[in-house]
Amino acid sequence: MSDSCDPKTTDAQRRSLLKGTAGILATGLFPAVHAADPITLRYLGTAVNQDKAIAEKFKADTGISIQYVAVNTDEVSKRAVTSPNSFDLIDTEYFSLKKIVPTGNLKGIDVKRIKNADKITSLFTTGQVAGKAVGDQGTAPKKVIFLEGEKSKVFASSPTQFMSLIPTVYNADTLGIRPDLIKRPIESWKELLNPEFKGKAAILNIPSIGIMDAAMVVEAMGLYKYPDKGNMTKAEIDLTIKTLIEAKKAGQFRSLWKDFNESVNLMASGEVVIQSMWSPAVTAVRTKGIPCVFQPLKEGYRAWAAGFGLPATLSGKKLDGAYEFINWFLDGWAGAYLNRQGYYSAVLETAQAKMEPYEWAYWMEGKPATQDIKSPNGDLLAKAGSVRDGGSYEQRMGGIACWNALMDENTYMVRKWNEFVAA
Amino acid sequence: MRVRALRTGPAAWLQALPFGAVFLCFFILPLVLVVAVSFWPTSDYELIPGFTVENYRAVFEGCSQLADPCLTLRTYASTLRFTALTWAVSLLLGFTIAYFLAFHVRSASLQTVLFVVCTIPFWTSNVIRMISWVPLLGRNGLVNQGLVGLGVVDEPVEWLLFSEFSVVLALVHLYTMFMLVPIFNSMMRIDRSLLEAADDCGASAWQTLWNVIVPLSRTGIVIGSIFVVTIVMGDFITVGVMGGQQIASVGKVIQVQTSYLQFPLAAANAVVLLAVVLMIIAALTRMVDLRKEL
Repeated sequence: MSDSCDPKTTDAQRRSLLKGTAGILATGLFPAVHAADPITLRYLGTAVNQDKAIAEKFKADTGISIQYVAVNTDEVSKRAVTSPNSFDLIDTEYFSLKKIVPTGNLKGIDVKRIKNADKITSLFTTGQVAGKAVGDQGTAPKKVIFLEGEKSKVFASSPTQFMSLIPTVYNADTLGIRPDLIKRPIESWKELLNPEFKGKAAILNIPSIGIMDAAMVVEAMGLYKYPDKGNMTKAEIDLTIKTLIEAKKAGQFRSLWKDFNESVNLMASGEVVIQSMWSPAVTAVRTKGIPCVFQPLKEGYRAWAAGFGLPATLSGKKLDGAYEFINWFLDGWAGAYLNRQGYYSAVLETAQAKMEPYEWAYWMEGKPATQDIKSPNGDLLAKAGSVRDGGSYEQRMGGIACWNALMDENTYMVRKWNEFVAA
Repeated sequence: MRVRALRTGPAAWLQALPFGAVFLCFFILPLVLVVAVSFWPTSDYELIPGFTVENYRAVFEGCSQLADPCLTLRTYASTLRFTALTWAVSLLLGFTIAYFLAFHVRSASLQTVLFVVCTIPFWTSNVIRMISWVPLLGRNGLVNQGLVGLGVVDEPVEWLLFSEFSVVLALVHLYTMFMLVPIFNSMMRIDRSLLEAADDCGASAWQTLWNVIVPLSRTGIVIGSIFVVTIVMGDFITVGVMGGQQIASVGKVIQVQTSYLQFPLAAANAVVLLAVVLMIIAALTRMVDLRKEL
């Protein structure tokens, strides 16, 4: 075909066309190049915890820059295992520790260098809230927070001088609902699979967390009582997945979601009226002026906790900087900032000192707001007189039924979860 | 003789070296590594060299009964169905648009502008794109409001979003471009006098299309098909977001496994996927000698 009688005109036209197209596209494709700062801590974590305001305030207070590396929950633990030199500070969930600690990629954090270490809430150290033990099914932080030594690859059974992660933020998750579309009270996890909400329910598609929500539902439906939801046997995994598959085949789920923004969008658009949800997602739906409730349920909450860890190879100035950041983080300002978003901070008393009494009463004591409650960036979250979902800290954290977990049968569970997705 | 020397002499090898090295480091070596890892034993947090076929056994576990197909077969069936549907629709659309651009648009600048218009689907991120489909196709979306408003349906139509339909729609929306460009390229190389000759010989427009243009665009069609088939076979993001994460795809299975650090299993799946895609490409390239035609 190339030897046609008049190839020049068509060929030239073709080439100039391709060139022109490429030229127009190329103008938009230059990547932004950032200059690297030598005194910068690379902070690996999920985007939800990486607030610009926190990095700016820390820089203003200490002169050390924070460079956020934002990836999703699974990717954080993957990087901790496969490329431990790609970050100076890791913000990860406690359940990931079972994967990360045996690699020896994390250094035990010396509590003697952490000023407020003894003030860290008892939920982490002994698993108690206000003197009462809470549910410890799954990877409860108290099981994995202490290491036997600075370079240890095993967890200690009783408190030691070295912590695997210094807790930063934690919360207790439940179902999010659209009260305006459901129009009746929701009290139990079993409502997620209630045929009444056929085609209007969603569950999150992160296997290790989704299976826990499913287990809460299975128990609430009275199908089975797990000895430990956080560490199921193969038969228990089969039962849980079978329940999910039956519901899926009956058309129960409108969608599954994996990304925080997806869950916000599903709820805000009304595609879904009941689903697994995270607290800041509920807040995000509400700031759009759409009613959404993070519904407390009688079976309790599925809790999670994240914390800062240090890579084993960190040393010198960067190590000192990382300790400084952790100390700064526990010192109150960041804690107050997180509390105002509906999370909970690890050291409560320093955070309280940086919050207004009316804010503390609303967020922590479950009392009606005496004036409008605003988010850290000024959006209206709750009008005066309203009460926080789930009540006070003690009520909410005391209601923990299980923790996000990594099971021994994780490989099998992921395979079965893939079957659920494919069913 | 001179030509022969130029083609095989040391100068030719030197010229080929940089690209050859890139190819070796960034394609051959990683591929060899993937194949090697697929035979390593599965472990949560370490990669321990070894040799086991356990990963492949796990991939094909329970695949012997066809009455209740195993996960792998069902996933491939679903992925292949999307590939076939997307291929057929994007071929039809791509060919039609390329035909229009090549034979009906006369000015090169207008062609360029229209070409850039065709790339618009690539201007946004996946999440943004997915979020923008919801107000259009969702339960309370524009299309449903229109249908209900016109009285075509009483209740909003549910299958518009988070369904196989929406997945194919999004895939076609994204990947028709890959079909369009090579077909257009082939069409521009068709000697226009052939069309005149066909006309002079009394061929109707359809006869010219079928007997002249389609055979001469065959290279573009095959190249476009290879693009579309390979991309759709490995796609997991579009299938995920548009299928409401409820539709399985081979890429998704691999992605979930890697995110749980099950690299050997994921590698085994990747090798199987690669084999399937290579077979499809081998079949496609039998239809046309790409080296000769290009």
